[in-house]
Amino acid sequence: MSPPEQRGAMTSVRPSVAPVLLRYGATALVAFALFGLILAISGKDPIASYRDILASTLGSTYGLSEVIVTMTPLLLTALAVAIPSRVGLINVGGEGQLIMGACLSTWAALTFAGLPAWLLLPIMALLGMIGGAAWAWIPGQLRARGLVNETISTLLLNPVAALIASFLIFGYWHSPMDTNKTAVFSESARLPRLLDTRIDLGLIMGLALLALFWYIMRSTRWGLEMRALGGNPVAARLNGLPARRYTIVALCLGGAVAGLAGMAMVSGYYGALLANFSRGVGFLGFLVCWLAGGSALGIVVTSFVVSIILAGGNLLQLTRDVPYSTINILLAITLFAVLARPDFTRLRSAR
Amino acid sequence: MLSVRAFSKRFGGVLANDSISLDVLPGEVHALLGENGAGKSTLVKCIYGFYRRDAGELMVDGHPQEISSPHDARAMGIGMVFQNLTLIPALSVAENVALFLPDLPRIPDLKSIAEALRSLGERYSLKVDPWALVRDLSIGQQQKAELLKLLMARSRILIFDEPTRVLAPHEVQGFFHVVRRLVEDDLAVILITHKLDEVLAIADRITVLRQGRVAGQVTRTEATEAGLIRLMFDKDVTRSPIARPEAQAAGGPPVLELIKASSRGDGAEVSLHQVDLVLNAGEIVGVAGVSGNGQKELGELILGSIACAEGTKRLFGAPSTNQPIWDIRRSGVSYIPENPLAMAAIPYMTVLENMAVTHTSSYARRGGLSMDWQAVEADADRAWRRLGFSVSSYLPARSLSGGNLQRMVIARELLHDPRLIIASYLTRGLDVQSAQAARSALLQARDRGASVLLISEDLEELFEYSDRLLVMFEGRFVGEFMPADTDIYEIGRLMTGSEATYVAS
Amino acid sequence: MSDLALLGILSTALFSGTSLLYAALGELVGQRAGIVNLGLEGVLLVSAATGFSVTALSGNPYLGILAAAIAGALMNTVHGYLVISRKANQLASGLALMFFGFGLSAWIGADYVGARIVGLPRLDLPGLAGLPEVYASLVRFDILIWLVVPVAILVWWLLYRTRWGLGVRAVGESPDTVYASGRSAQSIRYQALWLGGLLAGVGGAHLAIAYAMNWSENMTAGRGFIAIALVIFAKWDPLRAIAGALLFSAAVAFQLLLQSSGFQVSPFLLSTMPYLLTLLVLAIWGGRRRAAAPASLGRVYQGTE
Repeated sequence: MSPPEQRGAMTSVRPSVAPVLLRYGATALVAFALFGLILAISGKDPIASYRDILASTLGSTYGLSEVIVTMTPLLLTALAVAIPSRVGLINVGGEGQLIMGACLSTWAALTFAGLPAWLLLPIMALLGMIGGAAWAWIPGQLRARGLVNETISTLLLNPVAALIASFLIFGYWHSPMDTNKTAVFSESARLPRLLDTRIDLGLIMGLALLALFWYIMRSTRWGLEMRALGGNPVAARLNGLPARRYTIVALCLGGAVAGLAGMAMVSGYYGALLANFSRGVGFLGFLVCWLAGGSALGIVVTSFVVSIILAGGNLLQLTRDVPYSTINILLAITLFAVLARPDFTRLRSAR
Repeated sequence: MLSVRAFSKRFGGVLANDSISLDVLPGEVHALLGENGAGKSTLVKCIYGFYRRDAGELMVDGHPQEISSPHDARAMGIGMVFQNLTLIPALSVAENVALFLPDLPRIPDLKSIAEALRSLGERYSLKVDPWALVRDLSIGQQQKAELLKLLMARSRILIFDEPTRVLAPHEVQGFFHVVRRLVEDDLAVILITHKLDEVLAIADRITVLRQGRVAGQVTRTEATEAGLIRLMFDKDVTRSPIARPEAQAAGGPPVLELIKASSRGDGAEVSLHQVDLVLNAGEIVGVAGVSGNGQKELGELILGSIACAEGTKRLFGAPSTNQPIWDIRRSGVSYIPENPLAMAAIPYMTVLENMAVTHTSSYARRGGLSMDWQAVEADADRAWRRLGFSVSSYLPARSLSGGNLQRMVIARELLHDPRLIIASYLTRGLDVQSAQAARSALLQARDRGASVLLISEDLEELFEYSDRLLVMFEGRFVGEFMPADTDIYEIGRLMTGSEATYVAS
Repeated sequence: MSDLALLGILSTALFSGTSLLYAALGELVGQRAGIVNLGLEGVLLVSAATGFSVTALSGNPYLGILAAAIAGALMNTVHGYLVISRKANQLASGLALMFFGFGLSAWIGADYVGARIVGLPRLDLPGLAGLPEVYASLVRFDILIWLVVPVAILVWWLLYRTRWGLGVRAVGESPDTVYASGRSAQSIRYQALWLGGLLAGVGGAHLAIAYAMNWSENMTAGRGFIAIALVIFAKWDPLRAIAGALLFSAAVAFQLLLQSSGFQVSPFLLSTMPYLLTLLVLAIWGGRRRAAAPASLGRVYQGTE
């Protein structure tokens, strides 16, 4: 049971919603204007492009489903950053953790291809979480012993994971047909899709875990202790809370969630382990979490908005012959605009 | 050389400096004496440009001056050596000095700076290796480096804020030697301190501050120990009629034993030296002393936050030297720290959540899946009723006033009937009524069999409530008394180091 | 293992390590001033794309280098503006800059994918003219490679022997103290980032104009992060960075050595060496290395700055 009454005032001082939306809206407008300028310079029609983006993403069921497909891994990688951030830790290793989770799941998919889906998928999910957690356990230990800051260690382990994955893809798990991915997974190793779209079960996992996270942080004993450690580590320690234990646990949980994202990507979306499949989704998760102030609801909303931009960019490439990467510019400019106004991005000080 | 006229400075509701006037002449050591909170630091920080004074005039060499930043002050030849040194630990002494030199060439000649440092060091017996990195130096040497930095920047008026707090006894003598050399060269020195022996050893003139005002100004020849103490404390010689119930010695093993406990403080922390302490059930032991003499470290040592470098600690009859904090707390130890906002409360969490944070396991239900907030509220209500004050449960802690925050912490720590209460500056920031309520809560706890370690600067409070009274000075206990057998002057003398009888190690 | 093969490895290492060293020097100067730029990858990409396209357009590689350097400095200034003047979170801003770099470089280089350019000419040093061709070809470096070590020494001299460098190092330790000494911590930081951007830009230029001599999206392939690791590994010392860059880029070359001796080591696993080495070194000398980091960086990593 959560603290009764006046729940809004229970855990944070939240500013009223309207001025915040206004500021966000203004920021977004600035960002879109700047990107429109770039489009114009390269000879594309900005207004038509934006219309295309909105029409293609929100205007059709297919478009909407593509947005959700893009959003699914973001939910999880953002959560992977949010959990450690509650205890005051910075996890920039989502990329590596998700890759390791994907690798471990891939091993299960390739080794146990004969098992039925109801057995294989949970095994893969579990292994995905273990892979990600193990990858985060190392930085956790280093930080708990006061040796290496987790920001640096998680950052450094990202490329190592990618290289390990490449080693496996081009080595042991080399597919006879394509050079840069493993053999395609068997049907039983694929996360089932929803309805007729490309949205897979990963969405449900993401939303469920976010809901769980929300519940744990506000209502359980562990959530209270984590928030105390993040809020004032000195006082929390003097009050008897076990800081070292939570450091390791929080990072491992974050890693596990990222690993699950990796599993969802290779099992649900791709159906195989590809080289460089992550495409920065781990880092994007960090940015989404940061934008959302680490709140569960914020993560859902923010990843949805970011996904509109990303999915829209995909479609722009096809219709307007704009290189896909340029959508990164729009994304980045939006981020810059938000970064330049620090006062309203701290909706909730999770530290 | 430097004159201050009718300085006043107000912080919120507190008048930190009330119309203070004093002069400092070249070639003299002028001591600013007073207890904590008397206004000494505020005064010099106004002089140095950290704060803007509300009223009054500042004159340097007879000309009125406006100083709005430390940079201005240094340009006028005023230099200050703080308790927190403004040296950069990762750079060498010479580099630190170079940073502050007024006209440093584009390609600094560090060698000549080092030479100049060496000769200055010779002159004022401030020998420091110019090439040493500041973080490799001892605190005493860092102080010398800081002083050299100011001298190289051509300071002529030097202010020292509690300089000997971090010095070992033999370094103190060295420091005095340096000060004498400085004034021989016609520099002026302002020395802020609460230690009488220093003042009597080195000062030419002494201004005593008390509660923001000048309590008196005397020259060295006129000054006596008793006279100074009277000016500092000005308490009526009430032999504190102890109008409270006598302690019942509850018997049984001592609640707390510290046997030759020492701790190693790093940086600005005070090291505890060979502390012996025995606390029995059902007694209140008071610890008197000027803040900064090891009280914080003592409390943290008992709680388990600071490790015993030497010696042993026993809690409730069992060895406890390496016990973790959560275990110590669970066995019934409570801690009311001296800085509640930084050390006890989680600022952005509500009062109710703060109340629950020390005993999460007792409020957890269903294996931790939920918290029994109703029980927390019930306990909180019980605490408010017992103490006679209350704080709204749903406010975030950071929005509470200092006094309310203190009340919250006290209420929380006295819940769950602790067996040992470490109370550090319990009534700081509280109004009279709440302070009374807090103290009587401690008394009630004592009567229920708990032990209390009452660390305080309020001598009246200590005399009235302690069953035994200890005095702490420079990380050691320098006296133990029954309150009825002593008076404020004796305690005051020990607090200010006049009768420290320990052997310099 | 013949001399020739050994020299060959060294030569390869120098070739590929040059851009790494420039990039690391750029990041190092910024970090000395207390600013972490996780977007170094993006900076390298943009400067590589800029340098390549300007070279392709003008036919003059030196112009390309200049353009690349300025592009790098501008990218860094964006990061600087957000972090210094708007007090934004350094990690978030750096990552945003990285994505910006991905997109901007793709946009700039879009028309030049697959283009051919006049690469940076390889020089023959006068004294080496008499060597047999087989050796001479190994030391036929372009000017940027010849300059990289002197530049590193120059950076060292700047940081440790000039008034400006003292200010930079002081700002990275304690901006408050710098302010107290009458300087503007903000301007010093901007200047450091500008210089850092120039250096990183030269690194990007070398990658595109001299090393690969083509442009493709995301061609830096993680060099930015290797450079960040190198800065930490080198304990923020430009001279150590020289050795570290050689060590890190020798990994690839080392693989050839092992292959020719009959060991089959996956190039991927070998490429993890820079990161693992840095991590190992950090873990072993944990306390002391932390002490080597500029103090305000520590606060960035802890999230309090």
